[in-house]
Amino acid sequence: MAGGTFEKYKSDGSLAGNALEWVDARFPATSLWKGHLSEYYCPKNFNFWYFFGSLALLVLVIQIVTGIFLVMHYKPDAALNASGVPIAFASVEYIMRDVPGGWLIRYMHSTGASAFFIVVYMHMFRGLLYGSYRKPRELTWLFGVGIFLVLMGEAFFGYLLPWGQMSYWGAQVIVNLFGAIPVVGNDLSILIRGDFVVGDATLNRFFSFHVIAFPLVLVGLVAAHVLALHETGSNNPDGVEIKANKDEHGIPRDGIPFHPYYTVKDIVGVVVFLMVFSLVMFFAPEGGGYFLETPNFYPADPLKTPNHIAPVWYFTPYYSILRAIVWNFFGLDAKFWGVVAMGASVVIFAFLPWLDRSPVKSIRYRGPITKVMLTLFVICFFILGYLGTLSPSPMGELVSQVCTVFYFGFFLGMPWWSRMDKFKPVPDRVTMK
Amino acid sequence: MSNQGKMDCGRRNLIVATAAVGGAGAVAALVPFVSSLLPSERAKAAGAPVEVDISKLEIGQMMTVEWRGKPVWIINRTKEMLDTLPKLADQVADPKSEKEQQPTYAKNDTRSIKPEILVVVGICTHLGCSPSSKFKAGADEGMGADWLGGFLCPCHGSTFDFAGRVFKAKPAPTNLEVPPHVYLTDTRIVIGEDKKGA
Repeated sequence: MAGGTFEKYKSDGSLAGNALEWVDARFPATSLWKGHLSEYYCPKNFNFWYFFGSLALLVLVIQIVTGIFLVMHYKPDAALNASGVPIAFASVEYIMRDVPGGWLIRYMHSTGASAFFIVVYMHMFRGLLYGSYRKPRELTWLFGVGIFLVLMGEAFFGYLLPWGQMSYWGAQVIVNLFGAIPVVGNDLSILIRGDFVVGDATLNRFFSFHVIAFPLVLVGLVAAHVLALHETGSNNPDGVEIKANKDEHGIPRDGIPFHPYYTVKDIVGVVVFLMVFSLVMFFAPEGGGYFLETPNFYPADPLKTPNHIAPVWYFTPYYSILRAIVWNFFGLDAKFWGVVAMGASVVIFAFLPWLDRSPVKSIRYRGPITKVMLTLFVICFFILGYLGTLSPSPMGELVSQVCTVFYFGFFLGMPWWSRMDKFKPVPDRVTMK
Repeated sequence: MSNQGKMDCGRRNLIVATAAVGGAGAVAALVPFVSSLLPSERAKAAGAPVEVDISKLEIGQMMTVEWRGKPVWIINRTKEMLDTLPKLADQVADPKSEKEQQPTYAKNDTRSIKPEILVVVGICTHLGCSPSSKFKAGADEGMGADWLGGFLCPCHGSTFDFAGRVFKAKPAPTNLEVPPHVYLTDTRIVIGEDKKGA
């Protein structure tokens, strides 16, 4: 397992063997390879839900590589060019029309952004299903929540860069949210924008955050997430600790090495994922107006808000929660509490390891209460997401308020409902269903 | 170990003092980075006043000019529009413009210097979208049947009347801002400056 000691490589006398021995004496090549791949033992009963971790890594690579190439042609400049079009907007059009292959790289990047969230949401749902966040994997989960937060920031900054109408007004609304914070709010939103309105200063700093600061943090957090996981070993659909049952060599009886078993399994996942990804990228790159919103094909106009503005789909559940809060409390505006509720709805995931008091991890051995609560939670999440794409309406407001109450009730009530449930006995060994 | 329990307190104090000074230095090093995020001198200087000619603004028409990167609306209100204002006094949140969202010379029933000409920043006080004009009374433009005309913010549904006053129980907390402005002549307005500064 990771952190274990592995013998240094001994050459068999061949040239390649000598070279590897030379390297291994100076760099932990063998120990990294064995500790994280060929002798990292995973439970043998991983199912469909266990594809999404490696897929998230794949999408991260896609985003970084396509991003590197996009930056070669993109210009973060809000000034108008000779034709009266903002330079940033024109440079994206240039990538789409004049740069050979540019359209494909750009669609890979824009589709990749939505794919990233789909994959991450599935990955998080897996954690909810099988109690992956429970002891001893709390830190893995916390790093994961960190990744999710940074990813949201990364997506938000990136969405401003094409400098279309939705980029501009979306950023305007989100940055103004910070203005709702009492006392410091107004100065804080000026500090974020670097100007009194969203403008060139904002575009340039968002570009910097999007291409340098946040990706660096993201990669670091991903490394910490994987290292923490490899320290404790992976959970599995039965929620059984495979390390509790080891053979005479100290190898878990229900464990198989990640490489080659799961590398091969994940290749299947990658192929299927890339098929779906390509279908979207080639035939529906705008994702029906959900991946790339129509108003973003118009250059940013600071004087006119589009008739309907909505965040990209992956932010809409939280946006609905923001809109659902319409009451003033303690002499503070509803606007402020909306921001607080929105922030809390994301951060609350971090507390899951301590909110869940169930004696078993996996949903397989938990009773009807857990299944009903989790189903309702997912339904609420989808309803909130759908409502967030619509214009505000009295009916939508009421439904989103009900869903918001349930959303928080799911988490805050968990210490009680997770204990009240009926439980089945957990087997000693993993099962292969 | 032999030196266990025999801590050199003088040396430890030096280490603590060194770490404290180093930490203070590191915090001080944040100052230029954070201050670089503030609006630059150029951005601060860009708030120059804008001069507008309203001689071609017909009755019932609205024009938009850019001031400090924001839309400023100038509306030549009809008599019907002005007549709606007293009727709405009990439906708007701040009918008498008590909150500081206008210069004192615009703190009146029409929120303007000349009764018919409204000069207002076209940015919703909720989250900064620019409201759309819904001037027709009634349900013609998708508003309720009792709508008397005004503005609707497309983002979160705040509504404003013909004086930029926000209706009650809407997300926007205050009326639209009336910028400082002054008439040079009957048809020339300077936005961003009032008599004191002129």
